[in-house]
Amino acid sequence: MSFLRNKIDQIKKPFAKGEKWAKFAPAVNAFDTFMFVPNHTTQKGAHIRDAVDLKRTMVTVIIALIPALIYGIYNTGYQYYIQTGEVFTFLDAFIHGSYKIVPMIIVSYVVGLTIEFIFAIYRGHEVNEGYLVTGLLIPMIMPVDIPLWMVGISTAFAVLIAKEAFGGTGMNILNPALTARAFAFFAYPTYMSGNKVWVSEASNVDAISGETILGSLAAGNDVSYSMMEMFNGSIPGSIAETSALWVGVGALILIFTGVGSWRIMIGGILGAALMGFLFNLWGANALMSFPWMNHLVVGGFAFGIVFMATDPVSAAQTNRGKWIYGILVGIFCILIRVFNPAYPEGVMLAILLMNVFAPTIDHYVVESNISKRKKRWSSAQLKTA
Amino acid sequence: MSKDIRIPRGSKLNLDGEANKILVELPRPKTFVLKPDDFFNITPKLIVKEGEPVKKGSPLFFSKQNPRIHFVSPVSGEVSAIIRGAKRKILQVLITADESDEAISYDVPDFESLDAETIKEIILKSGSWPFIKQRPYNIIAQPEDTPKSIFISTYSTAPLDVDYEFLLKNNKRDFQRGISVLKKLTSGNVNLTFDESFKGFFGGVKDAELIGVSGKHPAGNAGVQIHRIDPINYGDRVWVIEPEDVVNIGILFSTGQFSSQRTIAVVGSSVAKPQYYKTTIGAALKPYLEASGITHEEEVRVINGDVLSGTTSSEEGYTGYYNNLVSVIPEGNLYRMFGWLPFVDNHIPSISKTSLSWLFGSKKAKVTTNLNGEERALVVTGEMEKVFPMNIFPMQLVKACIAEDIERMEALGIYEVVPEDFGLIDYASTSKIEAQDIIKKGIALMIKEVG
Repeated sequence: MSFLRNKIDQIKKPFAKGEKWAKFAPAVNAFDTFMFVPNHTTQKGAHIRDAVDLKRTMVTVIIALIPALIYGIYNTGYQYYIQTGEVFTFLDAFIHGSYKIVPMIIVSYVVGLTIEFIFAIYRGHEVNEGYLVTGLLIPMIMPVDIPLWMVGISTAFAVLIAKEAFGGTGMNILNPALTARAFAFFAYPTYMSGNKVWVSEASNVDAISGETILGSLAAGNDVSYSMMEMFNGSIPGSIAETSALWVGVGALILIFTGVGSWRIMIGGILGAALMGFLFNLWGANALMSFPWMNHLVVGGFAFGIVFMATDPVSAAQTNRGKWIYGILVGIFCILIRVFNPAYPEGVMLAILLMNVFAPTIDHYVVESNISKRKKRWSSAQLKTA
Repeated sequence: MSKDIRIPRGSKLNLDGEANKILVELPRPKTFVLKPDDFFNITPKLIVKEGEPVKKGSPLFFSKQNPRIHFVSPVSGEVSAIIRGAKRKILQVLITADESDEAISYDVPDFESLDAETIKEIILKSGSWPFIKQRPYNIIAQPEDTPKSIFISTYSTAPLDVDYEFLLKNNKRDFQRGISVLKKLTSGNVNLTFDESFKGFFGGVKDAELIGVSGKHPAGNAGVQIHRIDPINYGDRVWVIEPEDVVNIGILFSTGQFSSQRTIAVVGSSVAKPQYYKTTIGAALKPYLEASGITHEEEVRVINGDVLSGTTSSEEGYTGYYNNLVSVIPEGNLYRMFGWLPFVDNHIPSISKTSLSWLFGSKKAKVTTNLNGEERALVVTGEMEKVFPMNIFPMQLVKACIAEDIERMEALGIYEVVPEDFGLIDYASTSKIEAQDIIKKGIALMIKEVG
């Protein structure tokens, strides 16, 4: 280990302060701190620090994403083979899915991290680890057949406009991964909606029709999947969103480690269940009478509420605010699903909308604390006067 | 009705090296130091020159902000050096002690017959006034004020903190006298807080409101207790005094002499025999560290105070003015390969569940000064609230301090906090935010702009 350490120190020499390549230090540091937790000691404030840091937090999110990702890869192959009618094994399905999805992940990471490194060098700060999660989320919420260059452009747009334009990690208003999806959705609608994009090779092979459940409901067709299939995720949809089961495993990891906010997740489920239940009572069309329990397991709702709505930067930041934010995401998700004729999936737009309103929610929560304090001051003054 | 309070949230850090209940007295060290930096926001004006003989209780410097507040020599001897830093800032007034131990004596009548102004005058004149600190801001109290209450916290929750019941066992009468003196200075109560599960002799103290406290750190911080018991409003003054300084004031009113008694506990995983020592404010630390068996296997950091909010000293350093605790822990200037992976290096204690260290909760942890990461943008939310048991939004307050938005700092409760209340926030922060430093700067700004 000390050999490796010495080697790295040697490589880093020209990047030290005042040396020739000092400007590029953030890029080298990013690789160094990936290998080793640095030897920095506390200089002010508390003399001891918790073992947790941003790298550890972000990697925990990635661990939580892995079950859904693996199932998503398998399901991509499964949907393809089941529709073409070929005989297949688990491995066949997994290989087909990997062949489609791994390049998307690589494109997303390469494009996003390149921009992050450039901005870190330009601004002279260390590379933040937030993109490790964003870079994996972007391919996971895309349709499987989206061309790679679209993934690249969407990623570039999200990192540049949604994140770096606002000042980088920690400053963005919208969730970058959802912004990438929204960009792709509005820029290339034919690749992002309809009944030909949700199953691998659906646009090339006539035998395949890949309509999502929400899509067929919006079109007024019957749904041929059971609730169990929806829960397990063996249905068409964006790559990793389909399985409520494996998303739920990720949710448990996030809640147990304390990395994801259980308040937002539970608030979201409550909001969606309530809204779905109310529409069930109304029941004017197929989407309205779609059972509220099913609303929770189809489409991107589970994935969105667990992995996107809980993004701490773009969500509400106060504990009470998180409840309100979560419940409103749930409500708006079902509202948009039912009332938006063009695109039946509401969770993306619901979360982006609430991202915009999260600071407002926090504002009122904090203001109530302030006004309580001011009231206490003035009642104390009355007593002494 | 029981006045006992339970402070929710917070965290108890179970560290290695707690002091054994042994009180050791060593021969008095030769050199003593008074550091103006021990007093927040004081500009010192020197009274003595190098080479001048001083008695115990002779003023060394006074505060430019309030010339009535004197800082006096803890021992008799000679001013051997005045050490200055950049811009001639006074860093240390060094005193070489002599054997005579002469002290300045004042004629102190029975305090029962005195009014508040006379008591204040005696405390000021003797040089004991700096023992009294004021909230908001945690600065030395203004003698012109009458506080709405006085707080003395003997409930210690900071990592490895002292046991005041043990520390004050030989000073019970002086402690009681100190409390009775202080009672005359406030329009409200003298609130004495103690561990609810073990009241000890504090349960029998008169002239004070006795309040049992339970809860994890920072429940022992006076600021957290004030927030619960008698919150500070705009314009309020609350005074806070360390338990041993109550004793020092008690001794003043029985002997007529300035008392600089300080019992220190040398603790931490880098000492072989963590124990208590009876000594004096400003005493050189070296003999006490040696008597505790400081280990030199690795570089160590000596801290005046606890590991969360103390100030860095050194083996050549001196006892601080206020702290009873001297913590010695290893410097963590080592690399850890792949140490950022979740669930590895579980020997490092962590409040976060991204480590398995919670499984070893009962095992005493050895901690180092490693930052365990690098400073990053503020991303994770909600973690500050978990360790901050006040009805204040800590992250919003920290942000207001960074933005230097005075109105917002005021509205969010800057008057009710002091840096040490943010010690655990520093510790727990994923982004390695220096919250104590930010709050300290915020308070300095408030003093400058609002007063």
